Amino acid sequence: MGGLSGLGLGWAACRFHIESDPVLERIEALLPQTQCGQCNYPGCRPYAEALANGDAAVNQCPPGGEAGIRALADLLGIEPMPFDPGNGEEKPKTVARIDELACIGCTLCIQACPVDAILGATKQMHTVIESECTGCDLCLPPCPVDCIEKVIRYPDVDDWRWSIPRPTASGATMAANEILPAGQH
Amino acid sequence: MHIDSVEQARNAGEQLHHFHGGLHLRHNKKISCETPLAQVPLPPLLFVPLLQQYGGEAEATVETGQKVLKGNEIGCFTHLGGGCVHAPTSGTVTAVIHRAISHPSGADGCCIVIEPDGLDRWEELEPIPNWPDADPALLREKIRNSGIVGLGGAVFPTAFKTDDAARQGIHTLILNGAECEPYISCDEMLMREQADSIVLGARVLLRATGATRTIIAIEDQMGAVNQALKQAVKSAGDDRIEIIKVTTIYPEGGEKQLIQVLTGLEVPSGGWPVDLGLLCQNVATATAVARAVVEGKPLLERIVTVTGNGIRKPRNLVARIGTPISDLVEQCGGYANDVARLVLGGPMMGYALNSDANPVIKATNGILALTARDIRPLQAEMPCIRCGECARVCPAVLLPQQLNWLIRNEQWDDAAEHGLADCIECGCCDFVCPSHIPLVSWFRFGKSELHALAIERKQAETAKRRYEAREARLLRIQHERRQQLEEKKQALRGASGKRKKLAEAISRARQDRKQ
Ligand code: SF4
Ligand code: SF4
Ligand code: SF4
Repeated sequence: MGGLSGLGLGWAACRFHIESDPVLERIEALLPQTQCGQCNYPGCRPYAEALANGDAAVNQCPPGGEAGIRALADLLGIEPMPFDPGNGEEKPKTVARIDELACIGCTLCIQACPVDAILGATKQMHTVIESECTGCDLCLPPCPVDCIEKVIRYPDVDDWRWSIPRPTASGATMAANEILPAGQH
Repeated sequence: MHIDSVEQARNAGEQLHHFHGGLHLRHNKKISCETPLAQVPLPPLLFVPLLQQYGGEAEATVETGQKVLKGNEIGCFTHLGGGCVHAPTSGTVTAVIHRAISHPSGADGCCIVIEPDGLDRWEELEPIPNWPDADPALLREKIRNSGIVGLGGAVFPTAFKTDDAARQGIHTLILNGAECEPYISCDEMLMREQADSIVLGARVLLRATGATRTIIAIEDQMGAVNQALKQAVKSAGDDRIEIIKVTTIYPEGGEKQLIQVLTGLEVPSGGWPVDLGLLCQNVATATAVARAVVEGKPLLERIVTVTGNGIRKPRNLVARIGTPISDLVEQCGGYANDVARLVLGGPMMGYALNSDANPVIKATNGILALTARDIRPLQAEMPCIRCGECARVCPAVLLPQQLNWLIRNEQWDDAAEHGLADCIECGCCDFVCPSHIPLVSWFRFGKSELHALAIERKQAETAKRRYEAREARLLRIQHERRQQLEEKKQALRGASGKRKKLAEAISRARQDRKQ
């Protein structure tokens, strides 16, 4: 019976997908998918739905930051607005880490994680799959022994980025008189 | 890829073509080509960075205190076909530390510090002496395990390209000796002095990839190089190797530009030369392949041009990976009094070096010390006047003024659509812009933002998928619970129904008896 109803749901999801609203899809694509709930909706999809229905403002998602507000305003054809501090603040991206020696295996964090990024079973040590963790912090409050902490994801040389050029920055160092007179062809 | 294109590519080199734009630049190579190659002596300490290849840092496979022999693997890299890092000499690993490496960010990277024992003792070498008849897969494996990366400066793992070439099948191997960056002459000196090993490398690569011919492309003004290569091809007696001189127009040594010159075909955006049946390798990479297969030696050193008016005696040196750049400068007589800027690489594509204590890596083709009069004076940036000069010289046929505008306005998707990823950062647009707009700096910034954005989007996509899967699971569980509850109720109701019937039957029976 479970299998059958599961199938039905899968079918419903497919149908849903086809019929779903393109505006909603585009709004959702702009949200960071942190699934943290700071926007006061239980996830990015519900917030996207509220935005599509005109029930929510574009300035409620802290992980999306200023850039997110601008993108949403742009899509919805409205003026960007300043961030609503009531929803939190834009912070550097973090990931959760469980102190595996202190973990009592209560499974509460697993239930809280919106993206199933925590592994573990009852009475067994739990661990966070770092690459899947969105840094939503939802697993922190339920932990009865406070063994989860958030750590900042420091960029290393592998994902280092070039900075915005200074007004005086110059790419080619070569002196301009080095171009041959017969020069450009 | 179109069959026609592959056919056309087969005739590579028969007729020479042009690419769009480009610049005639003063070469400035002569000053570093007058003295023969020389080896840099062993420094007291070698700092071997683990970031030596495109695609990320290798993982350290040695620990502090461990003794290593020359050629021992000290770092393992498994992405993109692999590109391990090996000990450039024998000695002791004294530390595994984070320190400044030669990276445009000036960021620190992990380095293996080796104190040489002075003996320079090799590990037991395993060459493949019968390579002309050996299994090509064996040759490719050797390339994979020898830490060979593209020595033209892109440091893309060579094994990835050779494996791909063997899998997809190629007809022509192009060895790129068209070193177009001004001042840099490491390939030119290599071709002059070690032409035999380039030809040997070409033959090994032909065997490894199944290609049937090789073109060694050089610039038309490299007279001595042509002589040396011709001689080497003659003594090898291999008529599959041809030397072709291409017109010197910067940046004709860019992979896509060279292919266009030789075949008249454009490698499509996002495509690879292998789609046209071609494999392009730098000449120095070919010698590294020859050394790996024929002598069994991994890539431990490279030729570095030390040049510019800021160097007393410019020349080319053979330096072990991990040698501090200051050692190379010292061997060239030190800095001139009026040195003003140190650049890693050439004047067009290089970047400012923050310290000469940084080590030589596999990507280090040149060290350029400039004096104030060699440097383009810093001029205030002016607004774009839409003169179109930048688009006229762009070898990738992009619209730099448009890209610049899109990037400044953070219109990332539009910038991507305008081909930002195809920019080869050659610097031509930057060089000619009358408004002194640092275009390349903006494109480098834009490209890394696009890259970061792609990673972010992928992570968001994964998070969304996992969130949806979880929602569906929770919904299903809820649904199942409700269903179970429903069934139980049904069962109960069913049971009470039966009891009622039974009671009725009993009462009917009682009444019957009464009557
Ligand atoms: S606040 Fe959190 S849950 Fe809401 S849209 Fe932003 S990332 Fe998604
Ligand atoms: S060369 Fe400079 S000023 Fe001219 S169009 Fe390009 S960016 Fe604008
Ligand atoms: S740096 Fe990029 S945009 Fe500028 S000319 Fe070169 S390829 Fe074109």
